[in-house]
Amino acid sequence: MTTKPGSTRRAALAAGAGLVALLARPRAFAADDPLRAAVLAFTGGTAPAEGRVHLELPPLVENGNTVPLVVSAEGAVRTIAVFNERNPQRDVAVFRFGPRSGGARVETRIRLATSQRLVAVAQDGDGMWWQAGVDVIVTLAACIE
Amino acid sequence: MARTLITVPKTVRRGETVELRTLIAHPMETGYRAGADGRVLPRDILRRFECRLDGELVFEAELFPAVAANPFLSFSLRADASGTLSFRWQGDNGFEQTETAALVVT
Repeated sequence: MTTKPGSTRRAALAAGAGLVALLARPRAFAADDPLRAAVLAFTGGTAPAEGRVHLELPPLVENGNTVPLVVSAEGAVRTIAVFNERNPQRDVAVFRFGPRSGGARVETRIRLATSQRLVAVAQDGDGMWWQAGVDVIVTLAACIE
Repeated sequence: MARTLITVPKTVRRGETVELRTLIAHPMETGYRAGADGRVLPRDILRRFECRLDGELVFEAELFPAVAANPFLSFSLRADASGTLSFRWQGDNGFEQTETAALVVT
């Protein structure tokens, strides 16, 4: 079998490009645990310590379409992100507190597709990451009905 | 223009931390629900909220489909001086709405 001129070089280039593409792909963290993966993607790989941020949700929810959530943090916290475990998408919200903020505390209402865990991740003024998690039981699902 | 409900305390003392509450009418269609014909309804959500006092950021939020319809957001402000509060929502399909309220600090 004769090789066409240039085909081996093309093959080598393709292999090289494939290798570069593989290396350039965003790192996937904790692929077996999507909630943890979402947290680590947000922190850029640093596993947050437990504490400093507080997540309040009712332990039992009748209607997953509107679930009250309060997230707060002590100290000079600039950012808090909230992630879920079992909705179609991990993100819930990201909150940022500006120079005129009176403190890191937000109340909102979220949707929960089923009973699951919620995690809040916060970054303080020193750049340290903190997290807190809450398990919620949901009687009536949201998101997909 | 969606209906909004914004709560700003009437009397605020200098240096006090006050709670601001906002509510806006919006379906927050997740993009995961199927309509009556069985096809998925396209996503239509509010994606960003921003509150500023005379242009300086108080609070901002990035919202995702997991936020409930008619998004309610309550957050705190440190009231150092009187000024104009602006509340801005942005979302899918070019949604953009800004409301303002006066902050009176004594």
